[in-house]
Amino acid sequence: MENQHSIDRTQRVITIRGLYKSFGALKVLQGIDLDVFKGENVVVLGRSGTGKSVLIKIIAGLLPPDKGRVDVLGKEVDTISEDELRALRLKLGFSFQSSALYDSMSIRENLEFPMIRNLPKATRSEVDKMVKETLDAVGLLDKIDRMPAELSGGQRKRIGIARTLMLKPEIMLYDEPTAGLDPVTCIEINNLINEVQERYNTSAIIITHDLACAKATGDRIVMLLEGKVAKGGTFEEVFTSDDPEVKNFYNYNFIE
Amino acid sequence: MPCSIHSFQFKTNSLKDETLKKPGIKDRLEDLFTGIYDAYRFILRFLKQAVRPPFDFQEIIRQCYEIGYKSLPLITLTGFVTGIVFTKQSRPSLVVFGATSWLPSLIAIAMVRALAPLVTALICAGKVGSNIGAELGSMKVTEQIDAMEVSAARPFKFLVVTRIIASTFMIPVLAMYCAFVGLLGSFLNVHQNEKTSFVTFFADAFEQISFLDLGTSLVKAFSFGFTIGVVACYKGFNAAQGTQGVGKAANTSVVISMFLIFIEELVIVQVSNWIRYF
Ligand SMILES: Nc1ncnc2c1ncn2[C@@H]1O[C@H](COP(=O)(O)OP(=O)(O)OP(=O)(O)O)[C@@H](O)[C@H]1O
Ligand SMILES: [Mg+2]
Repeated sequence: MENQHSIDRTQRVITIRGLYKSFGALKVLQGIDLDVFKGENVVVLGRSGTGKSVLIKIIAGLLPPDKGRVDVLGKEVDTISEDELRALRLKLGFSFQSSALYDSMSIRENLEFPMIRNLPKATRSEVDKMVKETLDAVGLLDKIDRMPAELSGGQRKRIGIARTLMLKPEIMLYDEPTAGLDPVTCIEINNLINEVQERYNTSAIIITHDLACAKATGDRIVMLLEGKVAKGGTFEEVFTSDDPEVKNFYNYNFIE
Repeated sequence: MPCSIHSFQFKTNSLKDETLKKPGIKDRLEDLFTGIYDAYRFILRFLKQAVRPPFDFQEIIRQCYEIGYKSLPLITLTGFVTGIVFTKQSRPSLVVFGATSWLPSLIAIAMVRALAPLVTALICAGKVGSNIGAELGSMKVTEQIDAMEVSAARPFKFLVVTRIIASTFMIPVLAMYCAFVGLLGSFLNVHQNEKTSFVTFFADAFEQISFLDLGTSLVKAFSFGFTIGVVACYKGFNAAQGTQGVGKAANTSVVISMFLIFIEELVIVQVSNWIRYF
């Protein structure tokens, strides 16, 4: 394995049991079971529309599950009070598929926002220092006073990740961090994910279509097929199997 | 060629789907009532969060500036023109009775009781309502509101509570300002024709305005402001996915708030008349 960090196999940070979710007649998740251990990067693969984004939105409490149980850091997301949910979310970092930068705010204000809203006692200089440190970590310190519209897609992704790092999360949820980026930028993002892992000692769920990203960042790969977790294991284990679905996915990725 | 055949088929398919999905009257009624219930819960949520610290004073002031100050030019223009036009149009019927000296009090009653709150509210429903609907709607569809939610930044408090408070308090201010500017316009016209002095005009004008008139007018303006804020925030905050959702949020917030403003106008005038003749 290329990832050297330590994984604590006795401590689960996310536990999902029998998770179901549908939208009207559309069945999206049909019985997901998944564990994420402390310090582990889990990559979730699956074709477009299999419900990967829905899965992490349920983990972050943005969507309610229909059935099943989702525990994050020992708290059941769907049943805890609003205040508890907010406290839990302070420990979660969510990097959106669309970056979701606040486009009426500058990059500086984007990064300040979660901190100012949650730590009203933080002084101006503390906030400034933290913003600069975090921007430096993603290598975009020079863009501090730009507006989101002035950045490229890859830069927005990195700012989106930086914004989630402002509150020093314990768990990171990445929704397609490398989608639509060129190979070089992809590698940069992969390195960033691994750096975040080392620097903040996070656990992470990384959703992707990109096998290079999966290989570079994942300690464990799981595949979503028809609303269930179909395959699990290290990259080598999953992709040396003869399962036709897995083979399909693999071929599609490298032929494309 | 294959391409055009393809797109043709695609079109007919989507047409068929739409006709299939067209909701019947039962579905629509159901939608209406779930909509009303949702809006009711939205208002409850607003009331609960509005009284709960921490308060976002800075953002409220910024929104007051956005909603109040930025509407000033438009309100100035409409108030002024309404005053002048109303004066010009009323004069001929008063001239017949030789009663043009009633103009100031007539205009004052019309402006304060009816025109200023209603005109201000309709203008703001268009300007402020569509603005809030589109702004929150696009934040919703680009997942910015979700992003605030997951960073525990309390988007409802930050985006919705501040805007509703600002519009509830700014519309009455704008309405009073509108009445004042309207009277100014009217004065210019009366001064030109009847040579009435500024002091006489305003003394006459205010003589006819009772406490009840002012009170009713303010109650109206507050409820119009609240309505505009609630409807626009509700529509924006719950916008459907896609860019279509943004346009729809902006559009429906204008239509619905205008509709509600007229209903509130009717109800409040009715109630105030009961009180007046009690
Ligand atoms: N809020 C929603 N309302 C209705 N349907 C939804 C909603 N969110 C997602 N869906 C549906 O759920 C399915 C799964 O969506 P999801 O966004 O999770 O896919 P995904 O696996 O992330 O795909 P992609 O790789 O393209 O991002 C889709 O068919 C989508 O239409
Ligand atoms: Mg997705």
